[in-house]
Amino acid sequence: MPSEPDVRGPLAVFGGVYSNHLALEAAVADARRREARELYCLGDLGGFGPNPDKIFPLLLDAGVEVVRGNYDDSIARALGDCQCGYTDPRDNAFARISYDYSLTRTSPRWRAWMNELPSKIRVRAGGHRVLMCHGSPRRTNEFLWDSTSSTQFLDRLARAQDADVVMVTHTGLPWVRELPGGGLFVNVGVLGRPANDGGTAVRYALLTVDEGSPAVEVVSLTYDHEQLAHEMRAERLPEEFVETILTGWWTTCLEILPAKERARGRF
Amino acid sequence: MAGLPLAAAAGTPSPGAVEQEGPSVPLLALDTLWFQVTGTICNLRCSHCFISCAPDNHAFGFLSLQEVEGWLEESRAYGVRDYYYTGGEPFMHADLPAMIEKTLELGPVSILTNGTVLPDHRVDPIARAARESRYSVEMRVSIDGPSPEMNDPVRGEGTFDRAMAGVRKLLDYGFLPIITAAQVWPPERDEEVRREFMTRLRGVGYDRPRLKILPRLKIGREQFRDRGYGPGERVTLEMMEDYDEAQLLCSSSRIVTSEGIFVCPILIERPAARMGYTLKEASRKFDISHKACYTCWLHGAICSNYGAAGRDAV
Ligand code: SF4
Ligand code: SF4
Ligand SMILES: [Fe+2]
Repeated sequence: MPSEPDVRGPLAVFGGVYSNHLALEAAVADARRREARELYCLGDLGGFGPNPDKIFPLLLDAGVEVVRGNYDDSIARALGDCQCGYTDPRDNAFARISYDYSLTRTSPRWRAWMNELPSKIRVRAGGHRVLMCHGSPRRTNEFLWDSTSSTQFLDRLARAQDADVVMVTHTGLPWVRELPGGGLFVNVGVLGRPANDGGTAVRYALLTVDEGSPAVEVVSLTYDHEQLAHEMRAERLPEEFVETILTGWWTTCLEILPAKERARGRF
Repeated sequence: MAGLPLAAAAGTPSPGAVEQEGPSVPLLALDTLWFQVTGTICNLRCSHCFISCAPDNHAFGFLSLQEVEGWLEESRAYGVRDYYYTGGEPFMHADLPAMIEKTLELGPVSILTNGTVLPDHRVDPIARAARESRYSVEMRVSIDGPSPEMNDPVRGEGTFDRAMAGVRKLLDYGFLPIITAAQVWPPERDEEVRREFMTRLRGVGYDRPRLKILPRLKIGREQFRDRGYGPGERVTLEMMEDYDEAQLLCSSSRIVTSEGIFVCPILIERPAARMGYTLKEASRKFDISHKACYTCWLHGAICSNYGAAGRDAV
């Protein structure tokens, strides 16, 4: 591996897009307004939303560098499922619907493109070593939740990678943890659906690195969610998914939520 | 850990003299530290308890608060992700609340309980600490079927109703307990049993029940014979070849007991599974040629990500 490239901040880091092309478009515009110099996406491009092919030209046009998520890995290689590892039959049924939809509706060209995505991106920004990956640095589909990840554990993961700042997604819920040595561990949330908080906004992270210690802001982003709901219905995606987009409450894939995160949601 | 080359350099016998080694699993990282906090002492005497816990089984005793504090301190350097409390029945320990409070300063906690002894003066301080912490406290309540008819023959007369009352109490204290059920029914009744569980749990006011059914083997033994595995039902070196060892509990956890640190909660009755008396000693690899390891190997293979979650009910 060549040594990591030097980049200048701020860095805009997007989590799972879940085919939400409207949120992606809004996020790129918002990041530019905030003068982000580099744009990244941490993977899980498909699933959940409508018309999976729409997001790829947006990513390319905006020069977004993309990490391979478990979903992308599955779709690229046409695996049997999304590798989220649900065990609840209801969760599995919904995961199956969006996976089959995404797999059949993603064109071979973009599947091949996803197959080239790296599992990690490293950069040096403002003297800080920044590592960007999907679930955790050691496992693409490891869920890192705020309430189940001790600080000492996150510190161990960051040290093992020689990173000052680690950025992940995969769970859908954003959080920021300060590490003992002054570093940061960040879950950037996702653009694909709201953060199970009763609001329709989605999230991404803006990392500022230029002066001294790194600082991160979790940006709350509104977009035309009603239009997305309309497109989802036109594609006959499950009404449960549409409800999440319109209400901000997760209705499926709830089994993976730890106690604290589950208690904050409605379902 | 120092690998083979170092050991060889230190003057161990030459490769020719080394016995054929069995399959072993390294501790990839100490993600989870378990405390067998009440030893083998339990108010129940379930017929399927794999470590024969009972009110009078003193093979393993209680851990003291000071001991637990000592282990917590030692665990910090390992970057432990989370802590599990099991027994026996953890709620029989008067210092459980103090231990949980202390543990939540470092990380998340799971408590494995049978739900039949939940005195308010122990549940209340734990609930308070859980609310104040950034970390989750998971209460896992073992109930082996959605009715007394199914559960009680296994767990004891009256235990279904008592455990359901326990679930109700935990809800009142703000917990969202995870009901863990060993699949004691035939697989074709799965759907029906799950539905009945949900109905029963909703019946005690649990409107979004969290239910984990410990999976049963979905792959027949024939499949393994086809692939040429021996009839001995032991994990072999070949079986580990394309296997993701991270699926096995012993690759990421250890359990502290009154009798030292063991490789996993399942094997504490095997002297060979005692790894030592410090986390450092207990960090070496473990030879998984025990019969229970074979079962573990199969379960790990079918429950992938949640393999560990599927195995931790005691
Ligand atoms: S299975 Fe659990 S509740 Fe039953 S005797 Fe064993 S430790 Fe006690
Ligand atoms: S029983 Fe399972 S967890 Fe324990 S040592 Fe054997 S394989 Fe590992
Ligand atoms: Fe993911």
